[in-house]
Amino acid sequence: MMLRNWLPALRPRIFTAVHAVSVLALLCSGLAGCDGNAWYPGSLDSAGPVSSGERVILLDSLAIMLAIAVPTIVCILAVAWWYRAANRRSLYDPKWTYSGRLELLVWSIPALVILFLGGTAWISSHDLDPAKPLNADRKALEVQVVALDWKWLFIYPDQHIASINRLLTPAGTPVHFQLTSASVMNVFFVPQLGSEIYAMNGMVTELNLQADRPGTFLGFAAQINGDGFSDMRFDTRAVSPREFSEWVAAVQTDGPTLDEAAYRLLLKQSARVAPYTYRAVAPKLFEAIASRQLPSGEGPHLAPTKGSQVTQASGPVGFLGDE
Amino acid sequence: MLGKLTWQAIPFDQPIPLYSAAVVGMMLLAVLLWVVVKGYVPYLWREWITSVDHKRIGIMYCVLALVMLLRGFIDALMMRSQQAFAFHAAGYLPPEHYNQIFSAHGTIMIFFVAMPFMVGLMNFVVPLQLGVRDVAFPTLNSVGFWLTAAGALLVNVSLVVGEFSRAGWLPYPPLSGIQYSPGVGVDYYLWALEISGAGTLVGGINLVTTILKTRAPGMRYMRMPVFCWTSLASNLLMVAAFPVLTATLAMLLLDRYLDFHFFTNEAGGNPMMFVNLIWVWGHPEVYILALPAFGVFSEVVSTFSGKPLFGYRSMVAATMTICVLSFMVWLHHFFTMGAGANVNGFFGIMSMIIAVPTGVKIFNWLFTMYRGRVRFSAAMHWAIGFMVTFVIGGMTGVLLAMPPADFVMHNSLFLVAHFHNVVIGAVLFGAFAGYNYWFPKAFGFALDERLGKAAFWCWFVGFYVAFVPLYVTGLLGMTRRLQHYDQPQWHPWILVAGVGALIILCGIALQAAQLVVSIRSRQRRTDRTGDPWDGRTLEWATPSPPPLFNFAVLPNVKGEEPYWGVKRKAITAMQLSPEPSYEPIEVPRNSSTGIVTAFLAFVLGFALIWHIWWMAALALVGAYATFVVFAWRDVAESVLPAEEVARIDRANRSSRALALTEMHA
Repeated sequence: MMLRNWLPALRPRIFTAVHAVSVLALLCSGLAGCDGNAWYPGSLDSAGPVSSGERVILLDSLAIMLAIAVPTIVCILAVAWWYRAANRRSLYDPKWTYSGRLELLVWSIPALVILFLGGTAWISSHDLDPAKPLNADRKALEVQVVALDWKWLFIYPDQHIASINRLLTPAGTPVHFQLTSASVMNVFFVPQLGSEIYAMNGMVTELNLQADRPGTFLGFAAQINGDGFSDMRFDTRAVSPREFSEWVAAVQTDGPTLDEAAYRLLLKQSARVAPYTYRAVAPKLFEAIASRQLPSGEGPHLAPTKGSQVTQASGPVGFLGDE
Repeated sequence: MLGKLTWQAIPFDQPIPLYSAAVVGMMLLAVLLWVVVKGYVPYLWREWITSVDHKRIGIMYCVLALVMLLRGFIDALMMRSQQAFAFHAAGYLPPEHYNQIFSAHGTIMIFFVAMPFMVGLMNFVVPLQLGVRDVAFPTLNSVGFWLTAAGALLVNVSLVVGEFSRAGWLPYPPLSGIQYSPGVGVDYYLWALEISGAGTLVGGINLVTTILKTRAPGMRYMRMPVFCWTSLASNLLMVAAFPVLTATLAMLLLDRYLDFHFFTNEAGGNPMMFVNLIWVWGHPEVYILALPAFGVFSEVVSTFSGKPLFGYRSMVAATMTICVLSFMVWLHHFFTMGAGANVNGFFGIMSMIIAVPTGVKIFNWLFTMYRGRVRFSAAMHWAIGFMVTFVIGGMTGVLLAMPPADFVMHNSLFLVAHFHNVVIGAVLFGAFAGYNYWFPKAFGFALDERLGKAAFWCWFVGFYVAFVPLYVTGLLGMTRRLQHYDQPQWHPWILVAGVGALIILCGIALQAAQLVVSIRSRQRRTDRTGDPWDGRTLEWATPSPPPLFNFAVLPNVKGEEPYWGVKRKAITAMQLSPEPSYEPIEVPRNSSTGIVTAFLAFVLGFALIWHIWWMAALALVGAYATFVVFAWRDVAESVLPAEEVARIDRANRSSRALALTEMHA
């Protein structure tokens, strides 16, 4: 609680100084998010409160450490050069091997930095805990995510619809995700929205994200999950609330339904599946998957020593079609 | 008869592994033929293969590491080139092949490059620095080395017979389970690491015992060189952590072979437990590698600054703090598994705390150079390059220890850049510093300094060109292990990273040139005094290369830096200390236990991978029998007569006396 009280008070003063450094660091890494490309997947080009919160933590921590690291590097090089054997102007004192004051200093500098960063770590772990609901006036949209080999299934339980490889969310509305995997371990990651989280078989993880502005944000599977790994991407489309309701209404009128039989088809390995939607979803399907009442992904059907072929499959085309 | 092994296991349809294996095979055959024709076989067998001398074993560890570095680096080049080509394209490596390459690259670089290099340096140097004649268990030492080599061989065999794991260097289940990886790749990985892991464990037990129980008279703990301290910490970690790895992989083997359900999706298995267990080993492993490197730098910086190490006690305290703390941070490898804020916060802070003793070390090296006389030898180049690089790597490490920052960088190329920053920047640079520093001690002639420095600059510049772009692409959202991608923002950075890999290639070529040139001109480079760098620790009291027994008479240690004291006294008095009285020395006899056991372990592993049960049973019985035969040996040691000891030591003394008169002339 103590830390919580004094940290915010310190923030403005320290961070005006260190922000200058972080801007420099930003430039160094060539990251100015202003290249005008909408298809810009970087975590630093944040499009929501979670990723911008994480960006602040990342850049501020970086700046604090650069304030120590840069002088240290300069000192290392300067000392090594000044005390080069050829320099007869430098003092040679081979007996100088201990100094209590310096010892105190060399333990204190890193300790104080870590004390400060540790406090930040503790507070920010709580502030930005993926399971923590986002403070927003609106009720969160519920989305259940199932990682399959090698596609993403998004179930909207309140709307009773589902979507493959495309996540539509209303901009400005928090989204509460429940995630599981029907197969191997996966990581759900939309860099511009923030926080990645594991999706694991037999377990449910939680994640809260929000897109502040409309746009298309690339999503990844960030954990190696087999031969279709590189193709296990999805787009996240943040649209206006009105467009979102229209989309829901349209999806509900058209397309296949996701029942147990349809779900079993999804368990077959396939990659590069074009996005499509289901107009209805069997009730409690997600719960049945997460509690392992339904079988998990089949895995490869191959001769043991031969490479698997990533098959290209495409399902029915949904409302938004595919470019 | 041969289990699952058929002609289909040979990848005739995949030209890359087949041709490369054919080329390597031809080269091996040529070397073997040359050895046989020249009649070197008895020499190799007697002096190296069955040798239980810690120095020979140390050198063989380092040779293994250098050979495997080439293999691992070829994998790295293939990954860099694949990603350079695979923008809006499929590249030239299909996923099933690319995934094997990054899995093999990580496995080889950690287990068969970094580990043997560090273990090799420790094996060679520690007994010399402690002032003793050998390690505690010489034959076990040989067993440990050959088991490591057997594991390495198994990984390389997977190139032509079957396939290697495609599940990453740490094979997370369920992907690595039998359902999702039905091939033999994961089995190759598992058996290779079970065999080499056993080798590492016995090696660790051996060195811990050596350091704790067999020091020269007067070599109290607080008089040990810092390299011995970091070796002690590293080997303690091996003894504590490697059984965890072995047990975890054994559980995965049970899942795969006997239908157990430790980590499966079905029947109550819990894959997350694997992730916890593997990192309980995995994080200490980082320090198993880094601590000996810190020790190398401590020796190098002190020697080439002409000063004792600044803050020796602080260094020891920092080393042991890291040793303990390294077991309390494993969860930072998976902050994104949803453990909750308290758990993440705790492990984040614990991980950051490790940065404190590590930072202290950096400052202490800095103050060692302060008021010193810094000689910029090749080894010192690596040390200074390390200090600069490691500050950056440590900084990005603390950044990743910040849970919310990790939430957007986990499994990204930022993470990849970070751990290469510390593994190359600390471990590999440390290995190369030690290689340049102790080479004259091992072989009696120094390496070429000019080529050594040129190699350093290529590695140093190449490292930054290769990995700074990966930091950037990581922040641009690029995840690791992508076989192809369509994002135009990433492509230029990936191309730059590829150029960096080529610059590192130049560094490796220069290192090869350094070795060849130095061997050819070794007559000019002979180290006659045994003390080419004006060293401070006991290994420099021995001739180069040291005799089988290291010390004709065990040194009597009266303080820190015992050799420096003796040397100063000799220089002031303008004469060596009086000749000691020589006594016969018992030396352990050569033993083929190591190579035979390891060969049988290799056969065992291969048989189990291919389900050739009769062969596995035979190999297991054979390996056990070898141990029994060794245990019932009648003669364990042979005696070197006092005259022989005197003859060798007098030669050393006369060359040192000559150097002393030259110094005063």
